[in-house]
Amino acid sequence: MNPFTLHTGTGLPLGLENVDTDQILPARFLSLKPEDGYADYCFRDLRFDADGLPLTGTPLTSDAYAGATFLVAGSNFGCGSSREGAVYALQHIGLRVVIAESFGDIFYQNALVNGFLPIQTDGETIRQILTQLQAHPRTLIHVDLEAQTVSVDESVTFNFQIDTFKKHCLLNGVDEIGFTMSFLNDIRRYEADISPK
Amino acid sequence: MYSTTLFDKLWSRHAVKEHPVAGTLLYIDRHLAHEGSRNAFSLLRRRGLKVRRPDLTTAIVDHYAPTTSRDIAQVDVASRRQIIHELAANAEEAGIHLLDLAHPSQGIVHVIGPELGLTRPGMTIVCGDSHTATHGAMGALAFGIGASQVAHTLATQTLWQKKPKQMRIVVNGQLRPHVTAKDLTLAVVARLGAGGGTGYAIEYAGPAVEALSVEGRLTLCNMTIEAGARFGLIAPDQTTFDYLRDRAFDGDEETWQAQLNDWRTLRSDAGATFDTEFEIDAASLKPIITWGTSPEDGVGVDCVIPDPATIEDASRRNSKIAALAYMGLTPGTAIEDIRFDRVFIGSCTNGRIEDLRAAAQAIGGRKAVIPAMVVPGSMAVKAQAEREGLDRIFLDAGFEWRLSGCSMCAGMNGDLGRPGERCASTSNRNFVGRQGAGVRTHLMNPAMAATIAVTGHPVDISETQR
Ligand code: SF4
Repeated sequence: MNPFTLHTGTGLPLGLENVDTDQILPARFLSLKPEDGYADYCFRDLRFDADGLPLTGTPLTSDAYAGATFLVAGSNFGCGSSREGAVYALQHIGLRVVIAESFGDIFYQNALVNGFLPIQTDGETIRQILTQLQAHPRTLIHVDLEAQTVSVDESVTFNFQIDTFKKHCLLNGVDEIGFTMSFLNDIRRYEADISPK
Repeated sequence: MYSTTLFDKLWSRHAVKEHPVAGTLLYIDRHLAHEGSRNAFSLLRRRGLKVRRPDLTTAIVDHYAPTTSRDIAQVDVASRRQIIHELAANAEEAGIHLLDLAHPSQGIVHVIGPELGLTRPGMTIVCGDSHTATHGAMGALAFGIGASQVAHTLATQTLWQKKPKQMRIVVNGQLRPHVTAKDLTLAVVARLGAGGGTGYAIEYAGPAVEALSVEGRLTLCNMTIEAGARFGLIAPDQTTFDYLRDRAFDGDEETWQAQLNDWRTLRSDAGATFDTEFEIDAASLKPIITWGTSPEDGVGVDCVIPDPATIEDASRRNSKIAALAYMGLTPGTAIEDIRFDRVFIGSCTNGRIEDLRAAAQAIGGRKAVIPAMVVPGSMAVKAQAEREGLDRIFLDAGFEWRLSGCSMCAGMNGDLGRPGERCASTSNRNFVGRQGAGVRTHLMNPAMAATIAVTGHPVDISETQR
């Protein structure tokens, strides 16, 4: 995993609540390999109509938000299916951070292990960020993981919570499997204890 | 001695190591893999790691299984053929037991686990699938994980976890006739909201839960993730033990009794406390149907579609207005007046024998007026249904009788509706596009879906079919 420390970029004000992973990466693309890229399929049905023409009226297709690296959404972002491809797809369209009021549990875990930062904050802060980005699409957002702070322009700043272990892994690019391998003796001992005598 | 919950008991039995920062290293007794495990196997390969305990993983073809043939050559999309082939290749290379397309025990991972006795009380079970909480109905600690955690499980047979908060839902009284575990779970999801259970493990208890068959309990735990909770569980009891007697055991009576004595301890102690607890009156429930694009959008069949304009929060209001637009519905319309185009009966929520019996019974000699498809949750369910003559009832009524798999639940095998179609579905997700681009999915119980197949619209079967 690549370390995540600081990041500055523009934001995409998606809003919406209960954005499920079927919308982030529809099931019909899951038989395709992530190595070949999911950028064309991310939010496919929110970006394109049935004939493959771009939909208007959504920040996802608006030039104003091209190049955004932060996604801003409502509550329960990433609910539904456990597909980790949803995280890869968001990364493949250039995103590095999602700020939302709350997250689906499995998506949240999947994001963290892929160096993609999910930031949870309250509904009022989300509304302020959305308003700011709608009025000023090029607003710069800055996140400092070590300090656990986000600033949106100078107008909105806030602290966020993150699990200490996950933070350590992100900051240092720690691979969890490698970490667990150092406990192999404990695992062997446990297995010896539970196996039928 | 202080009181502990069922969840705590299962958790502490599997704690390999407590780490002050990383949390608890939980041992995983059973891992179930379907075609989606491909990403996890490639992660392992990239790191040059081996599967540590291939004997504790079972691989099953379900998501991409064609439901019209067991011949992989009949799968017309190359990427689907490929992902099925890769599961077989990965299983073979690692020495993992595989239930491939043609295997007589093939079925949806969450149906075959309990059915084959792979799922037992007291186990930890993971699968790269969000509906893994299904197995919690047997008194197991079962949860869904993503590809990286599947890779972690394959490499180490463990996972780092932090203990979730705990919730108990006590269902008092008894469900009325034709009100099922599906209606109960839809009621729970409606009450909690799609994110209301996030961060929790939910234990279901109370007389109405105890009265459920194993099949009903599996349905109840299955949709726990639709309220955001990764774990759903039910204390094992005589119903569970009777179900498992011939499935999970081939030893002598003495060993079985010893096993039972242990399993009987798997329940929350009388004084155990929960972070959140609430009660539901089972008798107050009607058959439930969803109207929107989140499983939380369930209302009784005798209700009307609610008006989102009254929702205060703008983000939530806009989401519900968008949902109604997608669904092509207007507030105030009676649920019973909604006209349907298609019916799907199946999935890991409602593809078990009891579900098919209820659907067949609801047909009542009538004929399908819209396309309807029945997809058994496993080949064993299919065989059982055929022994009982249910296939004849479905076929005579003009329903399609398919081979087992996930099918139209997520449509990954190509079983999809057409844009704009309204589908009565016994599955678990009514997300936008889940059953095909533009398809409008309404979730409900199997008897309701079968009723819609023969009438074209919902009927309050709890009133008409006493
Ligand atoms: S039936 Fe549906 S929800 Fe269940 S495992 Fe298959 S795709 Fe997932």
